[in-house]
Amino acid sequence: MGKSLLVLTFVVALGSSLARAQQTGACSNCDQGDSRVKAIAEEFAADIHAQNAMSCNVCHAGGGRGTEANRISAIPRERIPELCGSCHADADRIKKFNPSLHTDQLAQYRTSVHGIKFANGDTKAAVCTDCHGVHRMRPASDPGSSVHPLNVAATCQRCHSDAEYMKPYHVATDQYAGYSDSVHHEAMVAGGDLSAPTCTTCHGSHGAVPPGVKSVASVCGTCHVLQARYFEESPHKHIFAMMNIASCVTCHSSHRIKHPDDTFVGTGPKAVCGNCHTPDEPAGETANGIHRRFQRLEADMAGAKSLLDRAEHSGMDVSEAQLELDQAGDALTKARVTLHTATLSRVTEDVNVGAGIVAKAHQAGEAALRERGRRRKSVLIPLIAIVALLVSLGAYLREIERGQLTTTGAKR
Amino acid sequence: MKTAALIWTWIEERFDVGELIAPLRSKTVPRHRFSIWYLLGGITLFLFFVQVLTGLLLLLYYRPSTQEAYESVQYITTRVQFGWLVRSVHFWSANLMIFMAVAHMFSVVLLRAYRKPRELTWVSGMLLLFLALGFGFSGYLLPWNTLSFFATKVASEVAGQVPLVGHALLVFMRGGEDVGGATLARFFSLHVVVLPALAATLLMLHLWLVQKFGMSVPPSVESHWTEVPEVRQEVRFFPDFLLRDLMAWCVILAALLVLAAALPAELGHKADPFAPTPFGIKPEWYFLAQFQTLRLLPAKIFGIEGELIGVFGFGLAGALWLALPFLEGRLGRNGSRWVRAAALLGMVYLGSLTLYAYFAK
Repeated sequence: MGKSLLVLTFVVALGSSLARAQQTGACSNCDQGDSRVKAIAEEFAADIHAQNAMSCNVCHAGGGRGTEANRISAIPRERIPELCGSCHADADRIKKFNPSLHTDQLAQYRTSVHGIKFANGDTKAAVCTDCHGVHRMRPASDPGSSVHPLNVAATCQRCHSDAEYMKPYHVATDQYAGYSDSVHHEAMVAGGDLSAPTCTTCHGSHGAVPPGVKSVASVCGTCHVLQARYFEESPHKHIFAMMNIASCVTCHSSHRIKHPDDTFVGTGPKAVCGNCHTPDEPAGETANGIHRRFQRLEADMAGAKSLLDRAEHSGMDVSEAQLELDQAGDALTKARVTLHTATLSRVTEDVNVGAGIVAKAHQAGEAALRERGRRRKSVLIPLIAIVALLVSLGAYLREIERGQLTTTGAKR
Repeated sequence: MKTAALIWTWIEERFDVGELIAPLRSKTVPRHRFSIWYLLGGITLFLFFVQVLTGLLLLLYYRPSTQEAYESVQYITTRVQFGWLVRSVHFWSANLMIFMAVAHMFSVVLLRAYRKPRELTWVSGMLLLFLALGFGFSGYLLPWNTLSFFATKVASEVAGQVPLVGHALLVFMRGGEDVGGATLARFFSLHVVVLPALAATLLMLHLWLVQKFGMSVPPSVESHWTEVPEVRQEVRFFPDFLLRDLMAWCVILAALLVLAAALPAELGHKADPFAPTPFGIKPEWYFLAQFQTLRLLPAKIFGIEGELIGVFGFGLAGALWLALPFLEGRLGRNGSRWVRAAALLGMVYLGSLTLYAYFAK
C-alpha cells in the first residue's frame, strides 16, 4: 500500500512537472524569435498560477502550439477585473487550489472607489494587475509580492504619489510621505511587525475606500480597541459628531501618525488639546491636569529607577522592586489610554495606581542603599585592625632591622 | 604566652619543627633597588590563598545548575551573613590576582630573572598565569547572569575558530553545541576541581624552585656587586623579608576590603539563553586586548579568516613567551635587548588595547 502510494505520488508529480513545463514553455518555444514573449514566459515561471500548472492560455484564451499561437494577444484593460474574477469569484474552482482563499475580491472591487470609477469608464482607475502585477503574481504572504504587507504602501504610492496621474481626482498625493514618517510604518519596517497597519489595513484592499468621518473611529478601533471605547465614553464623541469632524484623526492626523508623547496632552505648544481649548477654560484645565499627572508619574518612575539602578550597581539585589516598577509603567500606559475618556478623575485613578507602585519601589531602593551603607561601615573595624597590624609590623621590622642590615651578608 | 610556649615545646619535642624551619632561618634574600618587585610574587600567592578560602565559603551555598546557580548567588549576596563580602572579596581578589600575576611576569622579564638556572621557574610561573586566566574564564560563567552567559558564548565561539579542532574544542568547552547546563557543570568542575589541583601542583613546584635557586639578582646589580663586593646587601628571609611580605599582604587585604565594600560585585540579571546577545558585550578586562584585536582584524587576510589568524597569533605568541628562557640565547648577543623590547611592546599593546576596548562602544 505504502509502496503503491509512493509510486503514485511520483507519477503524479512527474506528470504535473512535465505538463507545466510543456504549457509554460509553449509560448516561448513557438516564439523563439520574439525575445519579449520569451522574457514574459520566463517571468511567468515564477508566477503562482504557473506554479499551479496554469499556462498562458488560461488568461490569453486560444493560446497553443503552431498556428494557434497566433491567437494570443494582449488582454484589453477593461476586461481584466472580469477575467480575473472568472476564476477568483468561482468558489468551486478556487478551492481546488487554495480552499482558504477568499472569492469575494471582484464583488468587493465593484464597491471600491477604483471599481466604481472603472465601471464608469475610467480606465485609469486601478485594476487587479496594477497592484498584483501581470506575469509574476505571488501570494501576499511572499515577501517578493507587490501586495506583501511590507510592499503594499510602495505599491499604492505608485499611483497615489504621482501628482500628475492623480490630478483629475483632486486628492492629496502626500499619503505615502506621511505614512513613511508614521509610527505604523516604523512598526512595520523597523520593528518587522507585519501586523502593523499599512494602506489596506485602514482602507481595505479590494474594496478600497477612504473611511468616512463616521467610520474613522471604527477603523482605528479595530486595533486600538480601548482607545476607541473610551472615546465613545468621552464628551468629545457628541461634540465631534455635532461638528461633523472625524474622531481619531483630528488629534492624531491620518497618515503621518506619530507616537504620541505627553506633550500631546494639555494646552502647551505641541499639545493638540490646545487646538480647541484654552488653558483657563475647564476643559483646558482638565487637559493640563492630565498632562501634569503624567509628567509627575514619569518623573517619579525615572527617579525610582535611577535609585534602584544605583542600588543594583552597588551589588544590592533589587530585582523584585525593579520588576514591580515595570508595573508602574503599565499603569502609566493604561492612564494614557484612559486619557481618551477626557475625564480627569478616571485618569487620576490609573495614575495613582502607578504612583503607589513607584512609592514602594522608591522605599525598596532607599532600603537597599541604607543596607549598602551598613555594609560599608561593617568593614571599618577589620580595616582598622589591618592598618593597626600593618603599623605594628612596620614598627617591629624597623626595630629588628635597626643595626642588623649589613654589607657583605645578612647579620643573624 | 606561657601556654603558647608549652604548646610549642610539645610540638618541638615530637616533630622537631625547629630543624625543619632551620633552613628558613639561615636563608637570605638579596636587597637592592629593585627589591620591591620581589613582593609581587608573594602578593599573587596571598591572593591565591584568599581565593581558595573565599571560594570554599561560596561553595557552601553555590548550586551549579542553570535553575539554581543565579538564585544561589542571589541568596549568598542577600541572605547569607557577610555573603556579599565573601563574594565581593572573591571577585576582587580574582581580578587583583591576575593583575599581580601579569605584573610579576613583566617584572621577571624586565629584571631578567628567568635566565639560567631559573628556566623552569619561569615556565611553571607562566603555566600558573595561564591557569589563573582559566580560573577567571571558568569562574565568570558560574553566577549564570546575562553578561557571563553571553561573554562565555562569544569567547567559546572564538575558540571554535581554531583550525581543525575548533568545533571539537567548542563542543568540549560547552558540553554540546550551545552554552547551557552542561557548560555550567563543566566550568564548575574545572573551576573547583581540575584547575585547583593543577594550580596546587604547579604552585608547589614553583615555590620549591624559588626556594631552591633563591631570589634572582638583576644582571646590572650583580655585575656591580661583583666589582664592588662590599656594597652587596642581603636580609634574612625569616623574619625580615617575610615581615615585608606580610605588610604587603596587609595592604592588599585592606585594598580588597575597601574595593569589596565600595564597589561590590554586581549580580546582574539571570541569563536568558533565548534572549538576543546584548549590544556591546565584552569579556573581563584581562581578555579585552585579545578581544579588541580580533575585532580590529579584517574579515579576510590573504584569503584566510581574520579571526583564525588572530587566534593562531595569540597561540603562537603564548608559546614563544613560554619558551622565552630557551629562545633568548638563540637571538644572539643582543637577545636580552630583544626580549626587553618585546616585553615593553607587549605591555604597551596589552595596556592600550585594553583601554581602547574598555572605552570602545
